[in-house]
Amino acid sequence: MIEQLLAYNTIVVLLGVSILGAGAGLVGSFAVLRKRALTGDAVAHAALPGVCAAFLILGQRNLSFMLLGALASGVLGIIIISALCRWTRVREDAAIGIVLSVFPGLGFALSRIIQNVVTSGSKAGLESFILGKTAGMTRPDVYLILAASLFCLAVVLVLYKEFKVVAFDIGFARSLGWPVYWVDLLLMSLIAVAVVIGLPAVGIIMMAALLILPGAAARFWTDSLGWLLFIAGAFGLVTGLIGTVFSAMFSMLPAGPIIVLTGSVIFLISMLFGVRRGAIARLLEHRRFQRDYNQRQLLLASYDVASRTGHSQVSAADLLARKSWSPQQVNRLIANAAGSGLVERTQPAEFRFTPAGLTRAVEVTRGLRLWEELLTEYPELAGSVANLASESVDQYVEPTIVADLTARLKAQSRWPELPSEAAI
Amino acid sequence: MSASMLNPAKEAKPAATRATGAGSTSGISPGWLLPAVYFLILLLVALVWFRFLEFSPKDTPKTLGIIGIAILCSGSCSLLGCYLVLRRMSLIGDAISHAVLPGIAIAFFFTGQPYGIGIMLGAMALGMLTSFLTQSLHSLGKVSEDASMGVVFTSLFALGVILIQLWGPRAHLDADCVLYGDILYTWDRRVLLLGHYVPRALLSLVPAAILTVGFIVLLWKELKIVSFDPALAAAMGIKVWVVHYLLMGMVAGVTVASFESVGSILVVAMLIVPAAAAGLLTDRLREMLAWSLVIAAHSAIFGYLSATALNTSVAGMMAVFAGVQFGGAVLLAPRHGLLSRWLRNLGLSIRIASEDIIGQLYRDEEAAKTAIPAHRGSPPSGLIGLLSRLSLRRKGLLESGLSGPSLTSQGRTAARNIVRAHRLWESFLEANFDLPPDHLHEPAERMEHFLDPDLQQQLDQQLAGRQIDPQGKVIPQGEETTGP
Repeated sequence: MIEQLLAYNTIVVLLGVSILGAGAGLVGSFAVLRKRALTGDAVAHAALPGVCAAFLILGQRNLSFMLLGALASGVLGIIIISALCRWTRVREDAAIGIVLSVFPGLGFALSRIIQNVVTSGSKAGLESFILGKTAGMTRPDVYLILAASLFCLAVVLVLYKEFKVVAFDIGFARSLGWPVYWVDLLLMSLIAVAVVIGLPAVGIIMMAALLILPGAAARFWTDSLGWLLFIAGAFGLVTGLIGTVFSAMFSMLPAGPIIVLTGSVIFLISMLFGVRRGAIARLLEHRRFQRDYNQRQLLLASYDVASRTGHSQVSAADLLARKSWSPQQVNRLIANAAGSGLVERTQPAEFRFTPAGLTRAVEVTRGLRLWEELLTEYPELAGSVANLASESVDQYVEPTIVADLTARLKAQSRWPELPSEAAI
Repeated sequence: MSASMLNPAKEAKPAATRATGAGSTSGISPGWLLPAVYFLILLLVALVWFRFLEFSPKDTPKTLGIIGIAILCSGSCSLLGCYLVLRRMSLIGDAISHAVLPGIAIAFFFTGQPYGIGIMLGAMALGMLTSFLTQSLHSLGKVSEDASMGVVFTSLFALGVILIQLWGPRAHLDADCVLYGDILYTWDRRVLLLGHYVPRALLSLVPAAILTVGFIVLLWKELKIVSFDPALAAAMGIKVWVVHYLLMGMVAGVTVASFESVGSILVVAMLIVPAAAAGLLTDRLREMLAWSLVIAAHSAIFGYLSATALNTSVAGMMAVFAGVQFGGAVLLAPRHGLLSRWLRNLGLSIRIASEDIIGQLYRDEEAAKTAIPAHRGSPPSGLIGLLSRLSLRRKGLLESGLSGPSLTSQGRTAARNIVRAHRLWESFLEANFDLPPDHLHEPAERMEHFLDPDLQQQLDQQLAGRQIDPQGKVIPQGEETTGP
């Protein structure tokens, strides 16, 4: 009997926290993209006096009324932040900090007054707003969380385009004549909604984590907003699930911090292994690029040597005289190129191009000469398109310009001929 | 030629507004005096209040002691907070105050004491670590700065809460105390030091305050340059990152020293709010520090008194009073306050409206003489119109004639100057810019209020004594009276 009840309770909490995590992750992603992550934190803090004021006015614990109070004072906090930034010379960080600290101060003072006024028992609801108390979650709470999360999802779906533009390019949104201020305020209000329904479950400080962590973690996995929102929602869901299970296992520890630490672990994993921006993916990308770049440098130098001497053989000594490579480095580069089938060693310190290697070397050399010609002939273009690390100019300038550059190079007889063309 | 003329003309407007700005605030800049006077007045109020609360004499030293402790922690926090606010890093203060929690827990685990030097060092280490982690997440992980700060401090805070739950119950180190603090017990929790029982809180607060003052005095120049112009500081060979991490360490140390009294959430209020309010009150660093100290001290005094009166949280009321004083500064600050800015704008509106009124009257008089119809703008109406007519009468520029108000001779001179400025500007625009004729009036209508006699003279020279404006009207002469 007791076990059944326990299981039922756990399932309720599990559902509630997971849905909350998904909803917070969804709207929190926008806060992260908008570089307003800490505004969410400020809203969570600003909600406290509203909870207490609702309690004082009603004289008893009534969750929906308290949440309404929390929403009102949270939105007031947002408005104060934007008003301070707009009308005074207080900067955004200080404005957020002021709301972040003065509002909870008022909340603490009010909650102590409530404790004096109200006899014990009914005050228990207030404490949980600060550190959170998932265990107290009931079925109506879950319905409320579900409704609020679905509401957030619906608004995001309806205003997807608007939110997208405001999040990524607010100047462009303004130039379209959109009411950017109101879109922004709506976005912030959605965050306030998510924060407010989460407060009783995970508390002020942990709520900020639920907003920030999934969105920041999802950013490592994708560059597209749709996927980002989806992944952030999923991460929030998983954070809630795993966190709740863990906190059920360690019941002497508060649930909020455990849920947050679960989110932190997901963030760390994403930061390391994320396929788009994760540390390992970026490291591999960097390595790959460096290898490719060095190989191109080897081909360029070798082709240059070969075309100057007229021999097909190139010795390592020639390359050493020309580039600031160490002997070991040259050796390794040659070995790599040989492995790719571009060159073949004739003697330990000498090598020559394979047919494929020669073709490739000509391509690379053409690319470099085109860049050089572009920079001298079209310096005004160079500033905006130059990406010297890239192999060819084709993707950066118009075909007519490429044709012109090629013609110029041919006229100076600096246009390397492909072996197949040379044969003809 | 025209380019050289253009520059002074373009600068005329800011110069004029600056002059009016200085005029309205010139009475209010006695530097150090103002914070001191403000402090004394509020102290007087506090003393009166103190008498009304009727403490029993036995309690008085305790009350004063607690207020002293409150002033000590809010004062040290607010001094460091000034540099955070100036460097736009207020929120790292918030982050650090949360993130030191695991440092406290770990130090407590090793020393077994919930206070003292071990806790301080643990917290300072965590403070620097927070800043370092935030920085590395930002640069290595390409996470935006605010998000990385949020990730770091919430995670560390959660870790801290769990560690405290695990290790804390054995020795009065609970999450509640760290979150809210309890200043009322600080006076009675004593430890033996050199044969005297002294409040335990002082053991960390006094060194923290001394360190703070020493830090600011010793690194005064470095901190100042780093706060206002980090690029210059780097160019001068100051190690900006050393100063940065020292500041972060100090913030963490002071924060943790204040924990027992005001708790982690409200430490943030003392770090940011007095400094932000002080920033509104002055433009000088010394005065800002002084103001922030005064505001912090007042938050402590009135926070304590009102909390006792309402029987509520002292730390909470301290934050509320800091917020109230910040609100006061937003409204009433002498230069940057909303009220003074509104008054300045009102003054400017009235001046412009008055000049429009007398300019119109002058044109009407002129039209009656020459039979060329005058430009008819809508006369300033509403409150501004009323106020400007009143001020014109008070200055003796306007009198009541038979058919409505008319100019006095003094008013006529003033009006002539306005009209002269207007027509000079129109002529200048016509001579130097390729504007269609109907585009000349609008800019001149704005510019006429900001051309002082010097500029008028220069314009006149530019135009080589031209007498007729583009509309074919006579440009009135300046100071010397022309015949009727």
